[in-house]
Amino acid sequence: MIIQGLAFYAFAIVLVLSGFLVISARNPVHSVLYLILAFFNAAALFILMGAEFLALILVVVYVGAVAVLFLFVVMMLDINFRELRRGFLQYLPIGAFIGLVLLAELVLLVGAWPLPEEAPAAAAALATPDPLEISNIDALGRVLYTHYAYLFLASGIVLLIAMIGAIVLTLRQRAGVRRQSIPEQVGRKRSETIEVRKVQPRTGV
Amino acid sequence: MEIGLGHYLTVAAILFTLGIFGIFLNRKNVIIILMSVELILLAVNINLVAFSTFLGNLVGQVFALFVLTVAAAEAAIGLAILVIYFRNRGSISVEDINMMKG
Repeated sequence: MIIQGLAFYAFAIVLVLSGFLVISARNPVHSVLYLILAFFNAAALFILMGAEFLALILVVVYVGAVAVLFLFVVMMLDINFRELRRGFLQYLPIGAFIGLVLLAELVLLVGAWPLPEEAPAAAAALATPDPLEISNIDALGRVLYTHYAYLFLASGIVLLIAMIGAIVLTLRQRAGVRRQSIPEQVGRKRSETIEVRKVQPRTGV
Repeated sequence: MEIGLGHYLTVAAILFTLGIFGIFLNRKNVIIILMSVELILLAVNINLVAFSTFLGNLVGQVFALFVLTVAAAEAAIGLAILVIYFRNRGSISVEDINMMKG
């Protein structure tokens, strides 16, 4: 129990610190790297809570895909970040005020929320199983592919539309680029491309 | 040193607030704003998984999975819009975005 508590505090503190550094780092590349650190620590918290599958999915999806995408965009766009940081402190007071009010409200809400003595009975199929009997991924799969099969398919469609949308948005036709056109190449006829001429001696074509 | 639901909810609340604060602090830089949105969604996921664990109901984890999916899609679309915006205008300053109207 002591070790679990220590692990929780270590991961939570690093998570909050790296979250703060994400929004306050001078260099956006550093921001992305702190974001990756935050994701790793959140994944560790998920493992502490017993949600191993989600923890690993978090690492794969967020660190492997989203953070790398951010890193690509930050490094590929030639942006003058110093220009963007002008007026950085202009919104600090109102931002800090709203943040503190929000934090106070949320913590008060957490404190006032009636923690149940014992968990309310979930439907038998949806209850968290004993981790010694059935693993987290197994239990999640049994729920996801039965009760939530349609939502699962819908989330797949969301990803498909996002993929198509991103491709359509960033696709562009550049002028003046020579491209290979296979149908044109295949459809060539001899009569269109070869011309036989009689060349007189000592004259050009 | 018993770690309960309240501890996790507090961490998630702090992370959520940091995300909101980041949106205010980096008013001009869209990339940092998108990262702040990711932080907010991460806080929501921590809340969902914490409730799922401590209330003994798997639905929270299923919902966190869907939130993860939508977050990935949102990041992809948002960055694509950012790239074409930068291509057209040569800057990513939020204050110029109202030039797109009309």
